[in-house]
Order: sequence, then structure tokens, then C-alpha cells
Amino acid sequence: MLETRSERITGIGIYVLLGVVTLIVLYPLFFVLIASVSNPGSVIRGEVWLWPKGFSLVGYERLFGNKELLRGFMNTVMYTVVGTALNVVMTVAGAYPLSRTDFKGRHFFTFLIVFTMFFGGGMIPTYLLIKSLGLLNTFWAMIIPSAVSVWNILIMRTFFQSSIPKEVQEAAFMDGCSNIKILLKVVLPLSGPVLAVMVLFYAVGHWNAYFSALLYLSDRDLYPMQLFLREILVQNQMQEMVDISDDTLARSLMDAEAIKYAAVIVTNLPMLILYPFLQKYFVKGVMVGAIKG
Amino acid sequence: MDSQTAVNKMAGKGGSMYEKNGRGSSRAAAWLRNWQLYLLIAPVLGYFIVFHYIPMYGVQIAFKDYIASKGITGSPWVGLKHVERFFDSFYFARILRNTLGIGVYELIAGFPVPIVLALLLHEVRSSKFRRFVQTVTYAPHFLSTVVVVGMLMMFLSPVSGLVNAVIVWLGGQPVAFLTEPSWFKSIYVWSGVWQSMGWSSIIYLAALSGIDPQLHEAAKVDGAGRLKRMWHINLPGIAPTIVVLLILNIGSILGVGFEKVFLMQNSLNMEASDVIATNVYRSGILGAQYSYSAAVGLFNAVVNFVLLLTVNRIARKMGGSSLW
Repeated sequence: MLETRSERITGIGIYVLLGVVTLIVLYPLFFVLIASVSNPGSVIRGEVWLWPKGFSLVGYERLFGNKELLRGFMNTVMYTVVGTALNVVMTVAGAYPLSRTDFKGRHFFTFLIVFTMFFGGGMIPTYLLIKSLGLLNTFWAMIIPSAVSVWNILIMRTFFQSSIPKEVQEAAFMDGCSNIKILLKVVLPLSGPVLAVMVLFYAVGHWNAYFSALLYLSDRDLYPMQLFLREILVQNQMQEMVDISDDTLARSLMDAEAIKYAAVIVTNLPMLILYPFLQKYFVKGVMVGAIKG
Repeated sequence: MDSQTAVNKMAGKGGSMYEKNGRGSSRAAAWLRNWQLYLLIAPVLGYFIVFHYIPMYGVQIAFKDYIASKGITGSPWVGLKHVERFFDSFYFARILRNTLGIGVYELIAGFPVPIVLALLLHEVRSSKFRRFVQTVTYAPHFLSTVVVVGMLMMFLSPVSGLVNAVIVWLGGQPVAFLTEPSWFKSIYVWSGVWQSMGWSSIIYLAALSGIDPQLHEAAKVDGAGRLKRMWHINLPGIAPTIVVLLILNIGSILGVGFEKVFLMQNSLNMEASDVIATNVYRSGILGAQYSYSAAVGLFNAVVNFVLLLTVNRIARKMGGSSLW
């Protein structure tokens, strides 16, 4: 195909523009990575640009030497596993009946659920509710208040409606399967991709959550990693990790910076490793959601 | 279990289980037949009633003087006292200005970027390059708010930050980005664009892939160049998607998220960073003024809801696409 000159310039322009955008997004992430393995002094003096300088893992050493942070990491793993399991079960339990056209009352139930997306009681009444339920400062405060998301129910319902053939369900029904049996033996085995998407969406949510912990938890033993991360990254509280006693102040300031870079890498490591492999599932999830229900 | 299957079979013997017929007896049978579906959805409805509708009921404390020992229902009514106090308060103008300012800035700067990104990505023919750009731009979406704000602090720090190192290198004075109120909104909005533009573009890419290629062929024959086709075919092609997302975005213009503002807030930039949500947190959770802050939160929720309804109505009148 013949391309005019202006066409070619447009084409090049598009590539250049996208290249710049990609660089802007990528560079901060790349910088944190190389800074975390560089000598903290070089980083502060601005000598680290494209490659680690004066290889050092002092940030990681200090980080892993901190027992509280390790506990936070374990807490987050627990919240993520238990929370995600509950989320997925609840999402299926909500979405499947709503996907069935012969389910009486589904329009009313859908409205009841979707309405909460647009209007709510707000932070204070919810806080008072959690308090009166005795959930404050318990493991379950991180799990139950976010048991299911409206948006994900809608995605799941759309998937059930559009991707599971009605005929298969009807056939199973004629064979005498109960509704729950149809769901477990027929529908769910055909729903692998969307279940994977749900697991991923919910797991990322739990992994990154700090707001509910900030509101409902005051016991440090229950803190998720993100709250400790907040102390390190945002509030600059890391006296325990930075050894002020036998070092100069300047030195401990440098270590503090190194700890920050290492903390970002460590907490995002599971994500960074998994993400390129899971990307297509995430995208699929957004796409299913885009087919408006 | 056995009797249930029998009922199922009986009800289903007319053929399809989805079959509708108006007879009263079969309607009762439909209820009975699907009892397991009700059982399934019960915990979900229970969750929404307890954790979403009870707080909506509890929001009445905005019009009461909440006394913990008397509970929500038992506390005395005081009418609009708390709402008025909020309107009259010293901070009212500041909070509203900041919330609205950030919301509008976010909409104007943040809303078009993913659309442009999707339009550009759609033009890329090399699938390798395209995948690379997508992988990179989606990634920040998965970073937690804490990490993003932490990174902002690293990069913008006047002492050790990279940005200020570059400014000094170019011969300028270091800028205290994070404590200077005038910088707050821009940092908040553009870091948000950085984090979410890739992810938000997915939905537009999906819409773009649904555009009929024949339109492009026809336009090419008529001599339309790439830019012309992007403007006259692709953009109108995704207009319905744009409208729906615009409605949702305008509806949440006052819903400036608590999480990120709260983390970026400090005593020095308060002038620009105090928004409704952080104010509710401070006076409600930290200050235990439950009724007052519930009133502030309710004001926010009502304004959002009315905005959403209005924009949705306007969009429907103007040309079809709307949320419902």
C-alpha cells in the first residue's frame, strides 16, 4: 500500500508519542528498582540514573530484620487468602441466581444491590455499625465489611448470561439435577477464566488495602503490611530499623532512604513477578465488564 | 434432596425450565423449584442489607445528637443543626473549594488522557510494540495508594528527590512540592493520571475493536488520512462508551477519594488538601463527633447522587446513551 508522506509522519508521530508515554510510566518504577540495590549515598547524591551504582542491599537487610514488618506481611497474606475465598464464594452466590431469567425477583434484587453503588450511608454510620457488631480490632474487620463487590457481581452475572449456554443447564435440569448441582457441576467448570479474573481482582484489592485497617484496627499485631508501609514511606517512622546509636545522622538518613526503596520492591514483588503472566486475564475481566449488563 | 428433585421434575415436565406460563399453580411451583437459588443469594442480600442498608438507616444520626448509650434510634432529634453548623463552619468554603477543585481538575485532565491513549494504541500495527506499551502502562494500576504516595515523596523530596536534583542541575532552586499548597492539586491529579491512564484505556480499546473495518476501507477509498479517520470514525465509534464513563465520572466529582488525599496531606498543605472525606475522618473517627461528620458525609453523598441523576438525564435527552 502506498503511503503519502504526511501519512508516514503521522505514523511515526504516534510511535514517538507512545514511546514517550511508556518511558514516563516505566522510568519511576525502574528507578526504584535500581535505587533499591544501589549504595544509598550514591542515590542521594543523584549519581544513580540508568544503572545501579555501588551495589548494596542494606535496605533489604534492615527491612527483613524488622519483625513487625514480617508479621504485617504474614497478616496481609492471611487477609488476602481468606478474604479472596469469601469474596469469590459470595460473588458466585450472588451472580448465579441473578443470571437466571426464571429467577423471580431478580430485577428487584439487582436494583437492591446496584443501588448501593450510587448511594451509601458513609464512613461514620458504617464505622458505628462495625463497632456495634464488635468487629473493631478483629481479624474479621478486614474481611467481612468488604465481603463482595457490586461491580464484580455484575461482571460475573454478565459472564454467566452470555457464555454459559442455556441448553446445557436445561439438559442437566431434565436429568434431575438440582439448581446447586447445576451450578457446581455444569456452570462453574465452564467458568474458569472469569473465576481467575475474580480471584485476581479481589486478591489485588486485599493486598493493597489500607483504609479499612486504618479505620477499624488499632492493634499493631493485626496491622496489614500497607499500614507499616505507610509508616515507612509516608510518615518516615522507622526508628527501629535505622540504627541511630552508633552511626552518624547522615548515615542513618541514607539508610532510611534505602529502606524505602527496598520496601516498595518487596511489597510489590509478588505482583511484579505475576503480572506479566496474568495480564491477559485482567484485561479479559475488564472486557467482560465492558459488555454492559 | 430426593423430594426436591421430584418437585423439580414435576415443574419441569412442561419442557424448558425457562418457560413462562401464566398459570397460578406453576408460579408457585417456580418459587418452590428455585428455592436453592434463594438460599444461594440470601447471604449476599444479607450482606448488603447489614453493611449497606443499615448504615443508610444509621445516617439519621446526622439529624440527631448521637449518644452512644442511647443508640441510633434512641438519640434525640435535632433537625438540621449539624448541617447548618457545617454550612456555617469556618472550613466550609475551603473544603468545598478543594473538593470541587480537585474533582473538576481530575475530570478535565484525567478523563481525556485514556481516550487519546486508546486511539493512539489502536493505530499501532506492530503487535509487539503494542503489547509492550500496554504491559507497561497497565502496571501502575496494581500499585497500592500507599506505594504511589510513597514514591511521590521519594521523587519530589526537596533533599533527596530526583526531580529536585534535576531542577538544581538545571540551575534552579529546589521546590518543596509536597508542602507547598499550590502544588497539591497538580501532583494529586497528574500522579493519578500516571497510575490509571493505561488501565482506563482498556475499556476504550475494547470499544474500538468493535468498529466495523469496512468504514475505514470506505474512508480510505475516499482519500481520508489516518488522523481524519481517527477523528471521524474511531472517535464517534466509541462515543457511547465515552458518554457512559463521563456520566459516572461527573457523578463522583465530589467523591474525591479519601485514601490518597489523606496520605498526601500534611499540616503545611492543608489549605489545599482538606477535602470533605478527610474532614469527615478527622472530626468523626478521630474527634468522635459522629453526628456532625455523618451530616457532612450525607451532604456529600446526596450531592453526588443528585449530580449523577442530573447528568444521566441530560445525556439521555441529548442522544441516547445513559446508565439506565
